[in-house]
Amino acid sequence: MIVPAVNPMVPQLYRTGRIRRETLDTCTVEFEPEDGSKVPPFASGQFNMLYVFGVGEIPVSMSGDPTRREKLIHTIRMVGPVSKALCELKRGDSVGVRGPFGNGWPVELAAGKDVVLVGGGLGLAPLRPAIYQVLAGREKYGKIVLLCSAHTPSYLLYQRELEAWRARFDLEVGVIVGHATSAWRGNVGYVTKLVSKAAFDPANTVAMVCGPEVLMRSTAAELEKQGVAAEHIFLSMERNMKCGIGFCGHCQYGPYFICKDGPVFQYSHLRTLLVKGEI
Amino acid sequence: MQHLLAALLTRGYRVLGPTVRENAIVYDTLTSVDDLPIGYTDEQDGGSYRLKRRADQALFGYAVGPQSWKSFLHPPSIRLWHAKREGRSFQMIPEQQEVPKLAFFGVRSCELHALAIQDRVFLQGAYVDPVYQARRDRLCIVAVNCGQAGGTCFCASMETGPQVTAGFDLALTEVLQEDRHYFVIQIGTAAGAELFHEVPYREASSEEIERAEHIVKETAEHMGRHLETTGIKETLYRNLDHPRWEEVAQRCLSCANCTMVCPTCFCTTVEDVTDLTGQQAERWRTWDSCFTADFSYISGGSIRPSVKARYRQWMTHKLATWIDQFGTSGCVGCGRCITWCPVGIDITEEARAIAKEDTR
Amino acid sequence: MKTLESILAEHPFFKEFAPEYLQLMKGCASNAFYRAGTYIFREDEDASHFYVIRQGKVALEISAGSLGMITIETLDAGEVLGWSWLFPPYRWHFSARAVEPTRVTMLDGICLRTKCNEDHDLGYELVRQAAAVMMQRLQATRLQLLDAYAYDPRARSRL
Repeated sequence: MIVPAVNPMVPQLYRTGRIRRETLDTCTVEFEPEDGSKVPPFASGQFNMLYVFGVGEIPVSMSGDPTRREKLIHTIRMVGPVSKALCELKRGDSVGVRGPFGNGWPVELAAGKDVVLVGGGLGLAPLRPAIYQVLAGREKYGKIVLLCSAHTPSYLLYQRELEAWRARFDLEVGVIVGHATSAWRGNVGYVTKLVSKAAFDPANTVAMVCGPEVLMRSTAAELEKQGVAAEHIFLSMERNMKCGIGFCGHCQYGPYFICKDGPVFQYSHLRTLLVKGEI
Repeated sequence: MQHLLAALLTRGYRVLGPTVRENAIVYDTLTSVDDLPIGYTDEQDGGSYRLKRRADQALFGYAVGPQSWKSFLHPPSIRLWHAKREGRSFQMIPEQQEVPKLAFFGVRSCELHALAIQDRVFLQGAYVDPVYQARRDRLCIVAVNCGQAGGTCFCASMETGPQVTAGFDLALTEVLQEDRHYFVIQIGTAAGAELFHEVPYREASSEEIERAEHIVKETAEHMGRHLETTGIKETLYRNLDHPRWEEVAQRCLSCANCTMVCPTCFCTTVEDVTDLTGQQAERWRTWDSCFTADFSYISGGSIRPSVKARYRQWMTHKLATWIDQFGTSGCVGCGRCITWCPVGIDITEEARAIAKEDTR
Repeated sequence: MKTLESILAEHPFFKEFAPEYLQLMKGCASNAFYRAGTYIFREDEDASHFYVIRQGKVALEISAGSLGMITIETLDAGEVLGWSWLFPPYRWHFSARAVEPTRVTMLDGICLRTKCNEDHDLGYELVRQAAAVMMQRLQATRLQLLDAYAYDPRARSRL
């Protein structure tokens, strides 16, 4: 597991670069270390604690390419004061960054197998580093299937990139939305519909699923129904976090600390917890 | 005893130990033996704590009070850093810690186990907490074997006492006979031995040692409560939907007293504050409790909005998931949560009720 | 040219039907083709047929007032379309529009219902398969609904 080299409770300073509004309520921001150094190494699936001076701090997953360390990239959804402040940053503003924390997506485990990546809504953001990683080493994997869902077409993330991925011959991309106007000529329905139609060998597949908890649950169940082993299905969980290093206790989920035992977990470990309310 | 205290003081320790304040025995600075609750005992039950006078002049004739030692190693409130705005950036200024040398005087066996449990949390994981470590490293511990069990004690069930076994520099057993009042002292470390040279002593006779052991054995047989620990983890994991949770939630006020008095509860929150001008910011770490409504808040709502879910979280963490996380139970049987619960909820009773109607 | 019977036999919905049932039903079946953008049927029309999609994509739409026509589901080759032919008053609850050029096999509702009344074993099999698909659709629809609420924090606070 990659851990930060400096005092993990003191943020490092980063300068804001490009900010792009992705959808109505999400933005993607690029940061660079203020001291001119490279972004410290991270694994796809890990997260940072992002601090806006005077406002507060929230956990946000990495969204950039782990091999490109000039910039730190995060996609943020505006749901509270800190996330709103992050999307309202101007180029040149400083932020504090603590991390990387947590474990990563099982990209190494997927070598030699088919890879199914499912991103529901904002779930595509923590998955993107894994997509980059898998595409960068394409020859190591069998079939690669990327399935994305969104509330409506205007909530789809990374639309230009999605189109570019879709245009590749060595990657299957499926997109489905919750509802749409007649201008949309794509799929409408629930993401599990794409799972049953995708082309992969369930007996030899690693699946990485990210999105709202209900979506991850039903997608994992559908994958298992199609024949993928529960040990080979991975979900990225989310809970309240204050410290990110296993001391504050807020992110506990059953016996697990999401910040250090996760956020990526095997479905087989979460099966009984996922169906329990208020755990 | 005064000699021992003096030995600690001359070595520059800030000595903390039991003392009477506002009708309770709390842990605070000691400068003399007279600060101890001499001749006091406590009567504890669910939601009830009373100090009473003893017939004798025992120095340690009581169980544990509302506080635990954790507030000295794991401060309730501490600033982690502060920052000053500089144009569009800001300057981070880490805290310089002024850490005193602490001596805990009068630590019970359950509390020694609680210390070991918190050591596991703060010192033996992937990260080390520097705040805890700085205070823990220089800690001197004078432990005490309990001469009586408290009304809510169940250390015997948790195998955390009453006999002190490890983790101390010196351990005392107070012996009161009609004509004699003495202490049998066990040396735990070289540091303890060194301290001891300034205290008038002689080798204990085998009869005196037997007396001391007998007292502790008596204590073990008079525990106020009992908790069946065999299979408790699996029982709780199996019964997350037991109707008892609903029932205890009718009584629980989610006041968080239990988490404050518990010697192993360690949850904190991190607060970022600024001054009115927005030029200075500080990050504070303060104690928090899983009983608060927004402890588990993520965008849109809390994961555990109901009191039932929060009580269940606390109890299953303490007795079950803690074992998977840290290798031991999180409970040391000190009974504080029972005594200091305003409505007298008893963790041993809840565990018993769930095990009795196990939904296997 | 494939026979209607073999077309039905190959379709996922009918693959567990015994050949004698397919024999019985083929008399109710006919093929149709819809150009992209045309409506297979509209809300509140007579629910006269059961549609088996062989090729293409069909959007299920509901008229949602000021929002216009909203697509709530799309169906692809291998799926089936329409249940309102099974139960009175036999009227469609939504519209179905071909998104792409779409080939269907349509089974006449009255014809199917008559044959089911005559042969209850056939009826049981048909309703059983239909129920299985409906259950799957219902679950997916419920998750879609939940997703809609889970996604919008403002909607959540109104719960």
